[in-house]
Amino acid sequence: MLITCPYCGPRDVIEFTYQGDGNRERPQPASQNLDAWNAYVYDRLNPAGDHNEIWQHSGGCRSHLRVVRNTLTHEIRSTTFARGGHKSADNRAEGRS
Amino acid sequence: MAEYSAFSLLKNALTGNKDWKPAWRKPDPKASYDVIVIGGGGHGLSTAYYLAKEHGITNVAVLEKGWLGSGNVGRNTTAVRSNYLLPQNTRFYEHSMKLWENLSHDLNYNVMFSQRGCLNLAHTPAQLDDYARRGNAMRHLGVDADLMSVDQIKRLVPALDISGSARFPVLGGLMQRRAGSARHDAVAWGYARGADRRGVDIIENCEVTGFLRDGGRITGVSTTRGEIRAKKVALAVAGSTGRVMQLAGISHMPIESHVLQAFVSESLKPIIDTILTFGMGHFYISQSDKGGLVYGGDLDGYNSYAQRGSLPIVDEVMSEMVALFPGLARVRMLRSWGGLCDMTMDGSPIITTGPLPGMYLNCGWCYGGFKATPASGWCFAHTIAKDEPHEFNAPFTLDRFYRGLVIDDKGQGATPRLH
Amino acid sequence: MSPRRAETGGRIDRLRTIRFTFDDAPYTGHAGDTLASALLANGVTLFGRSFKYHRPRGLLAAGVEEPNALVTVLRGEVREPNIAATMVEIYDGLVAVSQNRTPSLAWDIGAINQLGGKILSAGFYYKTFMGPVIGPMKGTRFWMFCEHFIRRAAGLGKAGTASDPSRYERMNAFCDVLVVGSGPAGLMAAKAAADQGARVILADLEAHFGGSANWSGETIDGMPAADWAQRAVKQLEGNDNVRLLPRTTVWGYYDGNTLAALERVTDHKEAPAKGEPRQRYWAIRAGTVVLATGSFERPLVFPGNDRPGVMLAHAAERYANEYGVLPGQRIALFTNNDSAYRSALALKKAGAAIVAIVDVRSDVSNEMRKLTSEAEAELLAGHAVIATEGGKALTGLKVQRFDFMSGALSGDERSIHADCLLMSGGWSPTIHLASQAGAKAEWDPARQAFLPPKPTQRWIGAGAFTGSFSTAEAIAEGRAAGLQAAGGAASPAPLTVVEAAPGDPDPAPIFEIKAKGKSFVDFQHDVTAEDVRLAHREGFVSVEHLKRYTTLGMATDQGKNSNVPGLAIMAEALGKPIPEVGTTRFRPPYTAVSIGSLAAERFGDLKPERLTPMHDWHIANGARMYSAGLWYRPMIYGLAGETVEQAYVREAKATRESAGIVDVSTLGKIAVQGPDAAEFLDRVYTNMFSTLAVGKARYGLMLREDGLAFDDGTTWRLGEQEFLMTTTTANAGKVMQHLEYFLDVIWPELKVSVTSVTDEWAGAAIGGPKARAILAACVTGTAVDNATLPFMGIVHGQIAGVPVMICRLSFSGEMAFEVYSGAGYGTHVWEALIEAGKPFDLVTYGLEALGTMRIEKGHVTGAEIDGRTTARDLHLDWMLSKKKPFIGSAMMDREGLVANDRLQLVGLIALDNRPLNGGGHIVEELDEANPHDSLGHITACCYSPALGKYIALALVKGGKARHGTRAFVSDPLRNRFGPIEIVSNHFYDPDGSRMHG
Repeated sequence: MLITCPYCGPRDVIEFTYQGDGNRERPQPASQNLDAWNAYVYDRLNPAGDHNEIWQHSGGCRSHLRVVRNTLTHEIRSTTFARGGHKSADNRAEGRS
Repeated sequence: MAEYSAFSLLKNALTGNKDWKPAWRKPDPKASYDVIVIGGGGHGLSTAYYLAKEHGITNVAVLEKGWLGSGNVGRNTTAVRSNYLLPQNTRFYEHSMKLWENLSHDLNYNVMFSQRGCLNLAHTPAQLDDYARRGNAMRHLGVDADLMSVDQIKRLVPALDISGSARFPVLGGLMQRRAGSARHDAVAWGYARGADRRGVDIIENCEVTGFLRDGGRITGVSTTRGEIRAKKVALAVAGSTGRVMQLAGISHMPIESHVLQAFVSESLKPIIDTILTFGMGHFYISQSDKGGLVYGGDLDGYNSYAQRGSLPIVDEVMSEMVALFPGLARVRMLRSWGGLCDMTMDGSPIITTGPLPGMYLNCGWCYGGFKATPASGWCFAHTIAKDEPHEFNAPFTLDRFYRGLVIDDKGQGATPRLH
Repeated sequence: MSPRRAETGGRIDRLRTIRFTFDDAPYTGHAGDTLASALLANGVTLFGRSFKYHRPRGLLAAGVEEPNALVTVLRGEVREPNIAATMVEIYDGLVAVSQNRTPSLAWDIGAINQLGGKILSAGFYYKTFMGPVIGPMKGTRFWMFCEHFIRRAAGLGKAGTASDPSRYERMNAFCDVLVVGSGPAGLMAAKAAADQGARVILADLEAHFGGSANWSGETIDGMPAADWAQRAVKQLEGNDNVRLLPRTTVWGYYDGNTLAALERVTDHKEAPAKGEPRQRYWAIRAGTVVLATGSFERPLVFPGNDRPGVMLAHAAERYANEYGVLPGQRIALFTNNDSAYRSALALKKAGAAIVAIVDVRSDVSNEMRKLTSEAEAELLAGHAVIATEGGKALTGLKVQRFDFMSGALSGDERSIHADCLLMSGGWSPTIHLASQAGAKAEWDPARQAFLPPKPTQRWIGAGAFTGSFSTAEAIAEGRAAGLQAAGGAASPAPLTVVEAAPGDPDPAPIFEIKAKGKSFVDFQHDVTAEDVRLAHREGFVSVEHLKRYTTLGMATDQGKNSNVPGLAIMAEALGKPIPEVGTTRFRPPYTAVSIGSLAAERFGDLKPERLTPMHDWHIANGARMYSAGLWYRPMIYGLAGETVEQAYVREAKATRESAGIVDVSTLGKIAVQGPDAAEFLDRVYTNMFSTLAVGKARYGLMLREDGLAFDDGTTWRLGEQEFLMTTTTANAGKVMQHLEYFLDVIWPELKVSVTSVTDEWAGAAIGGPKARAILAACVTGTAVDNATLPFMGIVHGQIAGVPVMICRLSFSGEMAFEVYSGAGYGTHVWEALIEAGKPFDLVTYGLEALGTMRIEKGHVTGAEIDGRTTARDLHLDWMLSKKKPFIGSAMMDREGLVANDRLQLVGLIALDNRPLNGGGHIVEELDEANPHDSLGHITACCYSPALGKYIALALVKGGKARHGTRAFVSDPLRNRFGPIEIVSNHFYDPDGSRMHG
């Protein structure tokens, strides 16, 4: 599997660390809503198909990426930086802000 | 149906093997059952078998979307052991071990369970202490465990590099002698035949496409072979749990489906007599009766239903193998496959009533599914029949995560790929 | 000249004689021979024994699919088992032995299994060996008794235990076009793509490029096909943008068009040249792949089809045309298709007598009849072979009239005298890589074969791979594929002219002749047609059940020969078309791959070694090292004659009495910098860091999101916006990722940068009553007195001219300091400290003494923060700030995490004054014979010189409430039982007066 890091370009999956379901929403730090915290920590979308997930380019620029990847075929639909904005993988020249 | 025995083999040989009957019937589904078990894998079949045998519930259908045993029961490295750290797991897996020890007789089907032992190698003093902790925990639950010295290990596995110059020298190991391996497919077939002989309908090529409901209660399933009603609907669909639960309207579960690769070498004369695990990586190996070395390592580490692995894990596993066995560098990997592992948030399984009325759930087996097959079915059957868990599976609830009652043998927290 | 070697022909070099041995007997062959061709030339007919019945077997094939002729190649003590003789190129001094026979290949005791043939039918294992339900053989015992013998009888070759001295190499390659297979289609594709300027890799598993051109006897572009192929290869060799990889098997098609290949670099040589690896593992990222992998000829299933001397038709053609070896003098052929006629003619031309062509079809075309007469053979159309004769070599066969619509045999049996029978059951495209890439094969009823699926990754097929079996088609498709792969337009240029024997590519749908006797489907595993039908009778009808129940296709040839015939027989039994039985999805590897090659450079070098800057000093000064993760750390600096315990007790004692120094460079160190650094640490740690003054350090605790303890360490405030965080050695990487995740994904608004600086700093901890005096003696540029350097204070100065950073903090419980310098100066500073410490009796101490002193103090490490404990369990609740939320704060109070019966940290004292062991358990009631009801376990233990007792830290159920009570250590694994007292974990100097000094 090759993941195109928006910063570094296409790289082998060995350079990346999987950080799981990217749909999870962390409650506000002071939130006392335990159900929301539990859901955030323990519940996962686990689709057979396109999955929105977080990967870290740990063997490269160490950016976290939001990757939409098909869990049935391993095809990668899109890769953007997880932090702020939505810089596309195809738009490499823009670099990291 | 005829009993299997040396005598029946001889008798049939004399008639040219023309009189053997199918190991299980191929019935059409009835309109309704007392219990529907979704999933014709090891756990579903053993559940049906024990529903009939232990609880007298025989009006049961097992629905399998493909061919029987097409899931993980036929895609694993066949290890059977009960050498866990935490008592909840050890008790459950030890119950399984006891069922394994008599399984061939019970089923009248040789599942070839061979108690050739499982040895966990330790490479640092801290690791040796960890294994001692685990072994002592087992001993305090009446489960066999021993520490082995380097000399004993060398005698048991002469091919192993135990030299001090190894990158991670072997300092000792934890041995469970009653652990072993079994013929994986035979377990599915034996349970199928046993359940079928007790009246269970095993229905292959029958995919569940939705749930029938009466108010909030599950009352049956719609399938590619029509609607089937049931008083109770039990799920034992392993890697498909997420997909089937979605049909019931439950989108989130404390589960991620990961791919785990396994490998078989070409057939060799006996060289490794036990199951062996490497302590400084995720590697395990045994040798099948046919002579193939059966081995594997870590998860690929990302959600996948593709049953296809990636190359870096192949390299990692092989590197660890030749680190332990430098003499096997010229042996060749013949086959590889990817199995689907339902990784839970604590690495332990779920066997429970619910989460919907009329539904029963058995899932989240991580790497432990094959060895759990007998106890999983046995406990699940109990749970379905009595509407409450047996003490062996009482800890394996779905709400344990929320309540902080996780059973985290590896201590990794809610990062499934690390369990 | 050997008996079966033709005077001329073939690619071998008759001027070069190669000497080798097989089963200890000396043989000669020629350069260019395989072990198979050389032995065949020497008249050898018996090559191996089958797996189950130990039947004598000869060569079936000439290539990679060979199921029978498996040998072990020996290089000294090092063994390489299960190699097909067809794939071994001979070299001087080659030593090969046969396998799976006792005592010899000719006389194998295992052949006795043939007597039990009917009993040993498919699945017989499952029906017997269960043994008695009661008595000494109950449970699994009887099976294990039987299994002992079964295991010894099973297995093919023997693996060695001698370490393989070879070197394996890995290469990562990138190309625009990878062409797999170098037959006419592959050569054309490579050339077309190369001409477009694309970066091309051409790989072929054979030693020589050319594929079928090397033996087809056809004419291409007016010259013999083999010469045409050589010319094409020469042209490719001249291109800078082409890499040619002969002896390279592309065995895996992975995600992202990544393909794995194995190059056998020196297996064909007597010895590798300097620097050459044995094998090279290629990971190739290809823009587009051209699959030109050809096809396999299928055997026919009929009684006696496994006798030595029965061979695939094209294999005989290869032996004759490529190696100049005739597999027989009197050859008969048995076929369901036209391709065997070409083989017959080729063998005739090579000098054999063709005694008969037996064709299941009654309606044979005039073209084939013409080829028959050119071969001077008798044509037996509408006939089938029903038996073969001979022992370890074929002597003849029997044929009978055959109706291919009904499968019925009729008429008289006729015997034909022959020493070789060639069979052709049609051709199956080699679609393995395409299937691996993720798609399902499609059955073509005309070709009677599975054709490649629609691509799911970026590949293009060409030639026989696509079911286009003629060379003319291969050349056309190859060129088109090459152009397309390289992004070029289709070429209008005329194609190369091919002169080839005519033939219809579609075979008759006949796979099996049902007659009396064993008809083999899977040769190596001895699966017969009857076994397939038995599987059907017992309900094992899906293709996967068939495979698993009979072991069909599970042998080393991975079903390359048996897959389609097996399916066909099952389909007939079911009365269904073949595709409804299903097809197996192929998985890597295409052919077996050496495990050493996959380990590549990591063979003999599994993981990097992490060494601290002072590592060499430790070794030179008598440290005994042990590994901690990837690190090596001193365990003790033992004196002559000292035990480990004596050494660490001496080291710890001396530290508490005078001073000791330990290397702490392995601690994780992370620079946390930026305007929001303090705020970030407040969120990450359970306690406050924003209130920490510049120039001070604080001990911090982190939790995981789920509220359990994660890691601890001190963090130093070096400036308003700059912190140096330390972590435990084991968790350095995990903490770093944890911080990065929160900064990048959860709180991108925080202006903080984290940098791992573990390897930038060398660290030495120096502690003990005289530690300050030692520092005072060597530190310049700063005072180190209590006012300048209070507890948890930080100063900057120099030691021996090198800048250092000193923090006064203590893990040992003594007045102690951590001295950090640039990693490159670590040893320099360390030596200066040692020198300064000499007058003060400074000792070096290792991890054992470090552990001893921390146990005395009751500090926690990874043994206690084991991923299952909470801050409260470890009595660190005082660190849980109530003034702010932090990671884990919302989750840490859930019912399961605050229960009273959780495992909690305590101290233990052995009341019998004997050593305790890590991992020993604690019980209320001692029962040595039947240990039960564990309360918890020992996490760390030592002899405490400070207390004069054996002590331990332990995690015990409800431990806090048990202080002052007695219990027992129960350690059945090491037979250590005895009374203990449960006490607080703070054994030594609980109020910290020594470190506060």
